[in-house]
Formats: sequence, structure tokens, C-alpha cells
Amino acid sequence: MGIYTGDPAAAANLVQPNQVHRDVYINPDVYKLEMKHVFANAWVFVGHESQTPNKGDYFATQVGDQPVIQVRHKPDDIHVLYNRCPHKGTKIVIDRQGNTGKFFRCPYHAWSFKTDGCLLAIPLKKGYEGTGLEDTPSGKGMKAVGAVHNYRGFIFARLAEEGISFEEFFGDSLSSLDNMVDRSPEGRLEVVGPPLRYLHHCNWKMLVENQTDTCHPMVAHESSAGTAVKLYEELGLPEDAPKPPAMEIIAPFMSPYEFFEGMGIRTWPNGHGHTGVNHSIHSNYSAIPGYFEAMAETYGEEKAKAILDENRHNTVYFPNIMIKGPIQQLRNFIPLAADRTIVESYIYRLVGAPDELTARTAMYNRMINAPTSIVGHDDLEMYERAQEGLHVDGMEWVNIQRLLEEDEDFSEEAVLNGTTERQMRNQFDAWRKFMLYDQTAQQEAAE
Amino acid sequence: MSVSKDQLIDFIYDEARMLDEGRYTEWLALWLPDGHYWMPLDYKQADPINETSLLYEDMFMLKLRVERLNGARTFSQKPKSRCHHVIQRPFVDEMNGDTFVTNTSMHYVETRLDEQQLLALTARHDLALVDGALRIANKRVDILNCDAAFRNIQLLP
Ligand code: FES
Ligand SMILES: [Fe+2]
Repeated sequence: MGIYTGDPAAAANLVQPNQVHRDVYINPDVYKLEMKHVFANAWVFVGHESQTPNKGDYFATQVGDQPVIQVRHKPDDIHVLYNRCPHKGTKIVIDRQGNTGKFFRCPYHAWSFKTDGCLLAIPLKKGYEGTGLEDTPSGKGMKAVGAVHNYRGFIFARLAEEGISFEEFFGDSLSSLDNMVDRSPEGRLEVVGPPLRYLHHCNWKMLVENQTDTCHPMVAHESSAGTAVKLYEELGLPEDAPKPPAMEIIAPFMSPYEFFEGMGIRTWPNGHGHTGVNHSIHSNYSAIPGYFEAMAETYGEEKAKAILDENRHNTVYFPNIMIKGPIQQLRNFIPLAADRTIVESYIYRLVGAPDELTARTAMYNRMINAPTSIVGHDDLEMYERAQEGLHVDGMEWVNIQRLLEEDEDFSEEAVLNGTTERQMRNQFDAWRKFMLYDQTAQQEAAE
Repeated sequence: MSVSKDQLIDFIYDEARMLDEGRYTEWLALWLPDGHYWMPLDYKQADPINETSLLYEDMFMLKLRVERLNGARTFSQKPKSRCHHVIQRPFVDEMNGDTFVTNTSMHYVETRLDEQQLLALTARHDLALVDGALRIANKRVDILNCDAAFRNIQLLP
């Protein structure tokens, strides 16, 4: 038994205003606690509705460390069920996606379930007569998660039966998702192909924190972005010659500190926040013929311009996804263990927009997020060095105090200098809050 | 000048050896300027442009990738990765005058520090005879377990 076993308050104490204890990254008991409390009480991303377009379509994934199935029960009704047979525990689906028809059928003893999880039939059912099976959880069918919300096509789940509402949890941060979806002239996204899947030997939180770490690109990515700039200069192309696509995507990583300071960071309550309030590395992408016209037709010129002028860079949705509105991407940082994380990077098509936009997001995905990406290699090296370095005894705290202000209040939205680490502190504030959520709820009930 | 089947096969063996020995300047010189190195993400993927791939790189990206390996601040290459190809005798699938297609099964091993990974893959080469020399017009590498979660793949199969 470890010092944190079953003690979320002890884990919550690992967070201080300017630093966090290394055990939040490396201790397996703290990891178990965050799965049980943080991931169970928060609203966690599951998948996109276009991954299960037809009745009976399913998609298997994880919410925290819990295997779940997103399944379309009715044309307008998506359910999220635990991927476990209520009989003896067999996983109901093993492939990542498919269509189950009208019902799920367990491959072990053929118990079957409707696509909302309800028990449908058991072979040789008379063997259970008079045994009271119907009064047990097993007799009810496949268990559903606590709550599901479909927000403009993005499916989120809360494992806990009771808890914070979707609206309260996300609040105004939904403006980033709105902007991403509004970029479709039809207000609709569709997933494109399977995600990239990239295995990191580090804690999931390091990856999430990196999404708003604006002081690393010009350093850690000098090897890739810096070399790109150098090679381009050596080519000596005239100013107006078309640039190699790599220059548009990778070179902005070399922007100077002032660029990142000026781009700004906004934080929202419950651990959400984004970089790129004023501009971002996505601001100067070349215009794609026909796109603005299609947007203006739907929204009118003024509104279309407002939608496209938003250049939010990375929006973190606590606990574990990041979206990039201007290029329709979502990265899911799926925890596997204290020191294991799979990053799944999805791209979406803007329904009604020219194909070139899909081509650009596909290019960004392979250049930046792939296990074969030189930019990805730069980042992974840093995370894994940190995961190993944190085992040094006698220096047990991780510093997060860049541009720290006195008495920061994370329950208020704030916009600050783009190099602040406030969003990291905001995430840990939310981490602490949801770590203690069950305890606080119990106390309030007792009062 | 005409090219024999054996010359095509030797070309594929020579290319694998260049990559294993890190002779990248020579390797880049094998390519035609508008060639692409494609590594699909999806099994039997047909579209390199409008879907995510692992790689779909033009000469600028390939040069960048190779140049980066030796950069003073390329921390993910300190220490350097090494790779090793074991290839089966290439199939010569097409010989059409000055253009050729080969198909080669291989086991590719990449290693760095204490980690080593093995990938089973198939490489399709589109080759062309230009000014008396064989060159790579395009190369497509399909990884058998393309849908698995990968660790870094830093060198080129
Ligand atoms: S384990 Fe599923 S029916 Fe028995
Ligand atoms: Fe990075």
C-alpha cells in the first residue's frame, strides 16, 4: 500500500500555486486516483458522431482507463456503454469500429443486448428462473456511463452518475469548438480516416501541458523548423515564388518569443484554455479559392470574416484533449499508465468546403503529429527525458510559475501574455478540484 | 541502353544498403526531383493527399529530414538511431521501356539506446531510366501493422 492509496486529499496536496510534486507524473497510485476521481467526474471526449454514422455503428475507445463503446442506437441517439459483458466480463467488441446490427451479442455465452445496453436475451434462460438474476446488475444488461452529451457532433461522457453538468463544466470554452464547426459552410464536420496513433513513454499530463507551452517551439524544434528555414534560404528562391508546403506548416515554429508573447493565452474555469488569442502560427496560411465565397453564402460576409479571423492555436479541453480550430484537428491524450500515453490525432473535413482544406489538415497531421514526424520526434524526446529526470531524489518539484500572479482565481476567465504558464496552473487547479470532487460532494451532503 | 531485371533488383539492394549505412547524400541523388516518399497510415490506403499518411514527402521534406539527423541541436538523435533492412528478392512487376515497378518485402529494424523495433513492410518502387541511370520516381512503403500505435520511427525504411 502506497502513501496515496485511496487518499485523494493526499494527491490533491501535490499541487501548489507555483509548483507540482513529481508524484503527479510518476506515481502509479496517484495515477489510479486520477483515473477514479478526475476522469470519472470530468466530461471526457469519446469520439465524433461521424465515426458512427448509421444505426448499429460502434466505435471502441477509452474514457480514462475505462474501455467504452460509442454506439448509434437510433438515428439521433448515440450511447456510450462500458465494453464489458455483464455476465463474466468478456469485452463485447474487440475491433476498433464496426456495425453490430440490431444488437450486441457476447461471443462467450451469447447473451445479447440492445444497442442501448438493455438485456435482450439469454440462451437457456430457464436456468436462471427463480435465482433473482433480474435483481442483479448483471441481469440489467451492459452498463452505460453516467451521462453523455453530443455537442455539435462531438461526443463527451461523464462516468459518474451524478456531478457537474456539461454546460457548467465547459462554459464559454465551447466557443473554440463552435469556431471549428462554424468553419464548415454547412456547420458540420466529418472525421477523415483513422487517427495517427503515437505511443509515448510519459505521463499524459506532460503532453497536455505542452499544448500551451509557448516557450519550447523555438528551442526544442530548432532541429526541424530551424533546419527548414535554413534549407529554404539556401534555395535562394525569389520572394514571390511559391514556398514549399513545409515552410508554411513547420517554419512558424521558429517564430521569436515576442510572437508567442503577443499571441496571448486565455484561460476558462475547470481547466480549459487556449493559445492564440490575437494571432497564431496558423494565421498566415494561404487562402483557398472558393472557400470564403462558400462561407459568405451561408453566413454573410461579415460573419464569415469573423469566423475565419479567429486564429486560436491550441485549445485544451481539460482533462485530455486539444483541438485546433483553424485546421480542424483533435488530439486525444489517452492515459495507459503513469508513464504511458497513446496520442491519437484526428482530422476532420469541413462539410461543404473545398478539398484543399482537408489536404492541408492531412499535411499538418503527418508533418507534426505522426510517429514519423520530425517535429513529433523533437517533442517526444523532451517528454521522455522529463519522465526519467523526475526520478531524481532531493529535487522533487516541477516548476510552473512563469508570469505567476498573486492569488490567481481560476474561476474567472482571463487573457494574458502568451508565454504565461497560467493555463498549466489552471489545469492543475481543475485536477485538484476533480480529485476532491467526491469528497466535497459527500461533505456538502452531510451538511 | 536497356535495363535488365537483375539491374533493377541490384538497385533495390543498393538503396537499402545506402540507408543502412547512412549514405544519405548518395541516397537523395537517386531521386527524381518531383518524387514522393509515401508511407500510408491506413491499410490499402488509396489517397495520399486528402487523408492522413505517416509520410508523404517531397524532396524538400526528405532533404530536411536527412539534414536534421546531423543537426547540432537534434536532441532526438543524441545518440543516433541505426537501422537495418533485411530484404527479400524484389519482384519486378513492370518493365515498360524506361519505367519500372518493383515490389519488395522487407524486415526493417530501427534502434536507439535500449529500444529496438521491428517492422514488416512492403516497398513499391517506381523507377525510371533517366540519362542512362536508374532513378526513384516514387516510393511507397506499406507497414504491415500500419494501424498499430508506434513509437518514434526516425530513420527511413
Ligand atoms: S461472458 Fe458474455 S455471455 Fe458469458
Ligand atoms: Fe512541440
